[in-house]
Amino acid sequence: MAYTTLKKALLGALVISASSAAFAADEKKPLMTGASATMLSNTCAGCHGTYGASSGPATPSLGGISNDYFIETMQGFASGDIKSTIMGRIAKGYSEEEIVAMAGYFSKQKFVPAKQPFDAAKAKKGAKLHDKYCEKCHAEGGSTAEDDSGILAGQLVPYLQYTLADYKVGDREMSKKMKKKVNKLLKKEGDAGIDALMNYYASQQ
Amino acid sequence: MKITRRGFVKGAGAATAVGMVGTPFIALGASKKVVVVGGGTGGATAAKYLRMADPTIEVTLIEANKHYYTCYMSNEVLGGDRTIDSIKFGYTGLGKHGVKVVNDIVTGIDAKSKVVKTKGGKSFNYDRCIVAPGIDFKWETIEGYDAKVAETVPHAWKAGSQTVTLRKQLEAMKDGGTVVIAPPTNPFRCPPGPYERASQIAHYLKASKPKSKILILDPKPKFSKMGLFVQGWKDLYGYETDNSMIEWRGSAQGSNDNAVVKVDGGSKTVTTGFDDEIKADVLNVIPAQKAGAIAFAAGLTNDSGWCPINLHTFESTIHQGIHVIGDASIAKGMPKSGYAANSEAKVCAASVAAMLNGQEPGTPAYVNTCYSIVGKDYGISVAAVYRLAEDGSKITKVSGGLTPTDTSAEMRAREVQYAYSWFTNITNDIFM
Repeated sequence: MAYTTLKKALLGALVISASSAAFAADEKKPLMTGASATMLSNTCAGCHGTYGASSGPATPSLGGISNDYFIETMQGFASGDIKSTIMGRIAKGYSEEEIVAMAGYFSKQKFVPAKQPFDAAKAKKGAKLHDKYCEKCHAEGGSTAEDDSGILAGQLVPYLQYTLADYKVGDREMSKKMKKKVNKLLKKEGDAGIDALMNYYASQQ
Repeated sequence: MKITRRGFVKGAGAATAVGMVGTPFIALGASKKVVVVGGGTGGATAAKYLRMADPTIEVTLIEANKHYYTCYMSNEVLGGDRTIDSIKFGYTGLGKHGVKVVNDIVTGIDAKSKVVKTKGGKSFNYDRCIVAPGIDFKWETIEGYDAKVAETVPHAWKAGSQTVTLRKQLEAMKDGGTVVIAPPTNPFRCPPGPYERASQIAHYLKASKPKSKILILDPKPKFSKMGLFVQGWKDLYGYETDNSMIEWRGSAQGSNDNAVVKVDGGSKTVTTGFDDEIKADVLNVIPAQKAGAIAFAAGLTNDSGWCPINLHTFESTIHQGIHVIGDASIAKGMPKSGYAANSEAKVCAASVAAMLNGQEPGTPAYVNTCYSIVGKDYGISVAAVYRLAEDGSKITKVSGGLTPTDTSAEMRAREVQYAYSWFTNITNDIFM
């Protein structure tokens, strides 16, 4: 996919240019760097689950995530471009190399779909809406990371709802393509359409 | 021995690094036995992560109880939103990782002969021992308070039966009663805990017994997440109004004016350093703390009553071959929290696994994330990322901080859902 290749190239450039930027430390004493990807990623497990498989109710699973999407999101948290509760405070503590290392670790883990309740009728409707509005970027029913978008199928629904709410009010910026599709969906189907989508993603277990 | 990262990096390329680095670690092919003493947050995490790091390490976990009740979220049991069973965890999950779990009480650790001895009369040899002693109380700091009195005037600072007792007392209290909470002096387990407890009890009383009051008699001039708690108490419980459900009385630095110095368990009356006598309907006294008993029995503590350690490996600076993690350790720079214990355990496990394989321990990484639930849909947090100073002197915070005071109601509600996720995921990470 041309778009993905371009995005990868851009991300690569960003990572290299920012790699020399030092993190802000409390004190002047030199600090150790160079922790392994596993060591770094294990610190996330307390909130996101061992190997990044979250049991919820809300914190998203990281296992199986797209390498580029992880990097992009962590950079967004650190810069404040992506609204968050605590991730902005945490993401600032890592160098670009470390974010890349963690991206590598989590993208290699298995995505474990969450066990969540759902309404079968709504999920059926949601499947159709997904095909129409979302499938182009969130391929294979939103279950793959290969398109470098977030995994939706089996992701924790409260997290998807929070994220979509932030997109809707402009607290997180949508890509042009996404904006077009989401606006179209909202205009035609309203919040019931979003609800159907959520039930569809919850149903993929 | 001094551990340098340079040495580790040099040796990392060679699979059989043992000869190269020339450290006095055990030879390859020899047994790799680790005994973990204590199955709380730190100990259970270390046992599991040792097996994840190297499944050839033989790990035995010795724990006195069949179940562990987490202190985190136990305040929600007091508030009534959660059952005691929801914070109860067993050890079958660790068994699935190949950890041998022994239900016994450790009475001593012989650092010279590398043997752990138990009350049940058993001996366990180890190559390295990881001790997660948790906390014990300095009963002597409060006149009239001891383990016996604590059965009716619970501290509930180790979750379990005392949590249930305190909840029952709150349920039995008449509307219009006074709950007195006496937090400890620093340092202690879970610094925001007493104030989340006041919040959770207020959450219960507001709905069920709205004429009641909570009085916090604090030996300290300030406390963890203070600004956020005060804001939450104002938003939810009328704090600093005539109708405030919570009253906090602090003590100026160096004074004990509002500290509880004496307890009369029978009448539930406390005496403060200023000689005020206050009668409570429900009384929760949380005494000053020190490392758990096994730390003292094994000679791992210094004059402070806590365990000095190497911050890279968590190896005791008193006894070689014994590592101390969690609340009992002096992990300079990190708080005594559940997440910190979980994080320290992973650093320790990685270091121990490396050392048993004749390698230098890799660069550590530490995180703490701590949520407090002030009331319905009202969560606050503190989070931090840490790095070790190259000279090993301090675990240094490089980013993090508190929930912003100007955050929205929506974000506070999300923090509650993330707090619940934290609880589910960290307990799975420890016990499953």
